[in-house]
Amino acid sequence: MSLRRRLRLLPVVPSILLLALFMVAPVAWSFYASFTNAALSGKAALNPQWVGLDNYARMLTDSVFPLSAWLTVVFVAVSAILGQNALGLVIALLMTRSGGALGSLVGTAVVASWILPEIVAAFAAYAYFSQDGTLNQLLGMFGVQGTNWLYAFPMAAIVLANIWRGTAFSMLVYRAALSQVPRDISEAALMDGARGWQRLAFITLPIIRGSIATNLMLITLQTLAVFTLIWVMTAGGPSNASTTLPVLAYQEAFKLGDIGYGTAIASVLILIGMVFGAVYVRLIRGAKS
Amino acid sequence: MRRPVRIGAALLGVVGLLASAACSAQPQAITKQTIKIVYQKTDSFTALDKVFQDAKQEFEAANAGVTVDLEPIQANDDDYGTKLALAQRSPDTAPDVFYEDTFKVRSDVDAGYLLKLDSKLAAWDEWSKFNEGAKAAGRGDDGSIYAVPLGTDTRAIWYNKTVLQKAGIPLPWQPKTWDDILAAARKMKATDPSVIPFSMYAGKATGEGTVMQSFYELLYGTGSSLYSENDKKWVVGSKGFTDSLQFLKTLYDEKLSVTPADALDSNVWKKVFGQWLPQGKMGATVEGSYAPSFWQKGGSYEWAGYAQDMGVAQFPTQFGQDPGGVSMSGGWTLAVGAKTKSPDLAFKFLTTAVNKKNALAFDVNNSQIAVRTDVASDPGYQAANPFVKDVSSLVGVTHYRPATADYPTISLAVQQATEAVITGKQSPAEAAAEYDASVKKLVGDAKVMQK
Repeated sequence: MSLRRRLRLLPVVPSILLLALFMVAPVAWSFYASFTNAALSGKAALNPQWVGLDNYARMLTDSVFPLSAWLTVVFVAVSAILGQNALGLVIALLMTRSGGALGSLVGTAVVASWILPEIVAAFAAYAYFSQDGTLNQLLGMFGVQGTNWLYAFPMAAIVLANIWRGTAFSMLVYRAALSQVPRDISEAALMDGARGWQRLAFITLPIIRGSIATNLMLITLQTLAVFTLIWVMTAGGPSNASTTLPVLAYQEAFKLGDIGYGTAIASVLILIGMVFGAVYVRLIRGAKS
Repeated sequence: MRRPVRIGAALLGVVGLLASAACSAQPQAITKQTIKIVYQKTDSFTALDKVFQDAKQEFEAANAGVTVDLEPIQANDDDYGTKLALAQRSPDTAPDVFYEDTFKVRSDVDAGYLLKLDSKLAAWDEWSKFNEGAKAAGRGDDGSIYAVPLGTDTRAIWYNKTVLQKAGIPLPWQPKTWDDILAAARKMKATDPSVIPFSMYAGKATGEGTVMQSFYELLYGTGSSLYSENDKKWVVGSKGFTDSLQFLKTLYDEKLSVTPADALDSNVWKKVFGQWLPQGKMGATVEGSYAPSFWQKGGSYEWAGYAQDMGVAQFPTQFGQDPGGVSMSGGWTLAVGAKTKSPDLAFKFLTTAVNKKNALAFDVNNSQIAVRTDVASDPGYQAANPFVKDVSSLVGVTHYRPATADYPTISLAVQQATEAVITGKQSPAEAAAEYDASVKKLVGDAKVMQK
């Protein structure tokens, strides 16, 4: 590398340092702690011992961990990949056709849930689904006796809440992407007699596939990390029925004080995120070439 | 020339950033002495805050140049424990004096968070005023004392006399067996299906409340126990454990307690104290001796009629076997941080906070059972509420949690078992079997005994 090229890297040094300090260091520490029996209290808090792969071996025998991993997959697949992604695309497509007033009304309504701080959105969703909540009051007007949704259908409740909260992001990404689709190609297809869905499937989607991959990556990683929403709404209950991996990691590390096992779960979560990330990065590269 | 200038500017920026970060991390020079006090404060628990405010004034007036820095943590018991433990991990954030739950003392001593107080207590003339049983609460595994108790508590059945009267149950009510409780509860349900006859906590949401104010009253009344102090082993496979779960299942299945959905709401106890009991919608519940602190003047759910309307009874053993009743005790202590820079000053503040005046104020405002003999004999303490005598007498049949380092995880396994049973996910036998398996996994086969 020439001196000139090396000097060019200088301006990014601060950001690399900051990233190393605030991103890489905690991840590395968490990875290290997952091989120890570090704890909040007791002898292990004073002198954490190296326990090798014990924490990871424990996951295999733990009855909650497989359930929790499965719930995480369901949560990501249904609320992010299906829900937020598809709904965001549909809304964005409809908005390209709808008029200004209706479009901006829908846009505002969708974005409103997204700009709320997570804790506020979580309380709003709790207030909507709880026993005396908005949903049951609405049902009551039609003489329907609602159940306690957070207790009876905890996964459905948190999935719907996450779709409600996150769809705006996908919608914004797709609106930007759709505005980049050259109008003449679509019009040419129209002249060739392509129907609406054919134009969507063979023209629009292939053109924006880079945005689709980027969007999928971002919302997958965001959804993998969702904690506040679930903690406020169900706290992982009842009987672990909505305990996703972030909730489980928190419970183990901070409720039970077993930092070693908690960070091991967090490390697995990071690995899952990296696998998803790698797949999407390949998709994006493929889309560009 | 332009390029080096730009690079120079960028470098300067980096250096500046690093320098500012380094500066802000530097501790300020200590000119005056400051001691940091960490404790719990919630919307319904302000008695301790009041005590510390008073102690701060008293202490600062008597010790010129010393600042007492009060840092209340607003959280429930579980989260308070977590935040405190996190603060203990670094000398920069560790408190000098803190409020510590008795059942965490031993494990936190193991963790090196608590300062050994033996030599300081020996030189403190008021230590002899603490009763011997209570002193044990602050003892570590090595026999030394690490914490000074503030107060203790017991658990009893609190019942609403008007609800029982309506159902034709003679007062004062004192069930002799578990079946007496079920019979009375069924009577109340038959008289008025809208009341919750007999609430007992279950599930993980109410945390230690589930075990202290519900499951252990049952378990310790069967003759079984959680832990054998003699063998230093955890008890598994006992019939008492399954029977206790079965009792909870009966209560919840017959809708004699709150709904499972309510039970799994961590705020359910607020409804018990704030709504159901005062409004006559609940017959009885198992709660701590501190119950009057919520209802008395200045409490979070003021209820002028509680003294007339409420009654208290001891929780019976399963079949009425000796000693006839069962209760659980916990309580909180004050401790000095092992990492404190001024241990003498910190201990001196601790003694101010637990002196007779402050201990009396705390015990009265928080309806605690006194641990200082001079407070216990104070007329102001005995007249604090009409139930002081009843709940204090339960000390005779009370039990303590095993204060071992692995207790919190075992407790969670118990809570999990109750949750599985009341939600119908598992039968009592299945839940007990899973509990046994979890305990073996948590502490190892060597520390488990079959009973």
